[in-house]
Amino acid sequence: MSDMRLLIIEDDREASAYLSKAFREAGHVADTADDGLDGYALAREGTYDVLVVDRMLPKLDGLSLIRSLREQGVETPVLILSALGQVDDRVKGLKAGGDDYLPKPYAFSELMARIEVLARRRGGGSGAEATSYRVGDLELDRLSHRVARAGQEIPLQPREFRLLEYLMRHAGQVVTRTMLLEHVWDYHFDPQTNVIDVHVSRLRAKVDKGFERPMIHTVRGAGYMVRAGGEA
Amino acid sequence: MSAAGTGATDGVLARLGALFRTTAFKLSLAYLLVFAAFAFFALGYVAWNARRVLDDQIVSTIEAEINGLSDQYASGGIRRLVSVVERRSREPGASLYLVTTPAGEHVAGNVEALPPGTLAEPGQTETPYARNTDGDRLDHRAIVRIFTLPGGFRLLVGRDVEERDRLRAVIGRAFAWSLMLVVGLGFLGSWFIAQRVLKRVDHMTEITRGIMAGDLDGRLTLAGTGDELDRLASNLNAMLDRIGELMRGMREVSDNIAHDLKTPLTRLRNKADAALREGRDPDALRAALEANIEESDNLIRVFNALLMIARLEAGNAREGLAEFDAGAVALEVAELYEAVAEERGVALKTEVEDGLVLHGSRELIGQAMANLIDNALKYGQKTDLSAEAPVVCVAAGRENGDVVLSVADRGDGIPEAERGRVLERFVRLETARTRPGFGLGLSLVNAVARLHQGSFALEDNAPGLRASLRLPALRDQAPREVAA
Repeated sequence: MSDMRLLIIEDDREASAYLSKAFREAGHVADTADDGLDGYALAREGTYDVLVVDRMLPKLDGLSLIRSLREQGVETPVLILSALGQVDDRVKGLKAGGDDYLPKPYAFSELMARIEVLARRRGGGSGAEATSYRVGDLELDRLSHRVARAGQEIPLQPREFRLLEYLMRHAGQVVTRTMLLEHVWDYHFDPQTNVIDVHVSRLRAKVDKGFERPMIHTVRGAGYMVRAGGEA
Repeated sequence: MSAAGTGATDGVLARLGALFRTTAFKLSLAYLLVFAAFAFFALGYVAWNARRVLDDQIVSTIEAEINGLSDQYASGGIRRLVSVVERRSREPGASLYLVTTPAGEHVAGNVEALPPGTLAEPGQTETPYARNTDGDRLDHRAIVRIFTLPGGFRLLVGRDVEERDRLRAVIGRAFAWSLMLVVGLGFLGSWFIAQRVLKRVDHMTEITRGIMAGDLDGRLTLAGTGDELDRLASNLNAMLDRIGELMRGMREVSDNIAHDLKTPLTRLRNKADAALREGRDPDALRAALEANIEESDNLIRVFNALLMIARLEAGNAREGLAEFDAGAVALEVAELYEAVAEERGVALKTEVEDGLVLHGSRELIGQAMANLIDNALKYGQKTDLSAEAPVVCVAAGRENGDVVLSVADRGDGIPEAERGRVLERFVRLETARTRPGFGLGLSLVNAVARLHQGSFALEDNAPGLRASLRLPALRDQAPREVAA
């Protein structure tokens, strides 16, 4: 997804300059606000695809800002950035109305991948998830739990099914390892070892083996992407 | 606050103020008041009673005399009475007598003068009088009873009260002296006690000030009396010892942290330095930058882990705790690592009971299990290659009402002497030093166990290592079905 309008609410000017520059280079439009009140005003008036909100802000803290926006009926997806990478902080952030949470420091690729997912969710409109996904000749039926490629059924373990389901739901988008751990396993810790990579390569062996064009692509330094066509 | 000349006085006043404000002084003063009041009432009661007894005695003597005289009068009339009065008046230590004509002229008796009009009112009264020997000065006092006899004659019988008044004076003086003594001694006593207490408290204050200023080895001196100040001092000393111990521990930890973080930081710096010096080729520079990012990420990971451990140990991660099925967590995490285990040729087995409900953080228990399984996969293999295929067993079950989550391998294990040490931050065994890691995984597991009021232990799996988390299960929990 390109040409997103983003609002960065962050009091660390260096960090926000770094982010807006990186967003512009990726082809998006990024506004910035230095404190909670400015951010709140901009977020209410402007039309943004995603808000990137620091948790600790002068004048109005991040969580109160999000709560106020939600009370005012502003449903723009919010990604919370926090220096407090603790278990209960995530819970608090999501309770306040945030849609995703990323502890500082973060890799830009991780932030970008998450923002794209949030923007797509908003663009998708209705919010109701499709009952089946189709990417190229790969089909996944969520109701019957069946996966087929070029009409040929591929037997998958339940976890592999959920992994492919998440990748296909976000087809064309980068999905990071932590996003997979969060959504497929529902854990938020840092697994340290390459556990996710091994699961993906197992899935890839089942889905891509014997086909000329791979479906599951590795995005270097970021994560994975399901996409029809293209080179491995 | 003070003019130059009054500085010394102010100092004394301040000192006195400090003294008067001491609890000891106030208490003593309160006791003093109570005792003074008690003494006042006790002595007052004695004085009053003594006077009453004496008065009664005097009155009864007078009554006896009157009875005698009235007998004489009955048998011999006024003449007999006058002669008896005259005789008795001359006896030493005698009572007082006076017989007068209706006009008030002296007939007989040893009373020379009375205040005018005294004789006109019959009955008992206390009055000044003059003896025969004194002339007209009324400088004695007496209790007298006056009768009017038939024919208008008057009879006065009385007793001098000088004795009684002297006794009263003595009692009064005793009263005043003892009150003065009680107040004076009490005041001095409270002064002394307060001074003593104040001195010791001042001493304590001085030492604690020194400790606050940084002299952490300072200790309060005990007076050896075992009183409450001594008890307080010894408690404070014990507290200081404990704080000192913790401080030493903290210093050790932060020294270790500084040392252990210096190594990767130096590595990071050296890599950047080398890339700058050697790399003209953009690809090599890019690779060096990527390596630097990776190294920085590792450092950030270490800091996150350290912060997390500190936070768990401080016990303030209690928010967001809920009921969850520990067995399900064990299965999920094992499943997460199953692919890695297979890739490494390790058989990952699970033995999990149903319905192991815990109150706590599913996320943290999951992370702890991940650390343990990760460790078992990394280090749980026999170094000698001819050994059997490696097996790691993840188990969750109940033991004595606790939920026990364990990860056991059949590798070389950890020598018993080292098992306590590896739970400390940054401690890595020699055999692990060559592999990636920072030695924080088990510290984190230990902190998670303590947050859940449980314990973490490393045991001999004969062969291998068995790492087990023992966590208190929900009390009201009979084995029950839990929706997955």
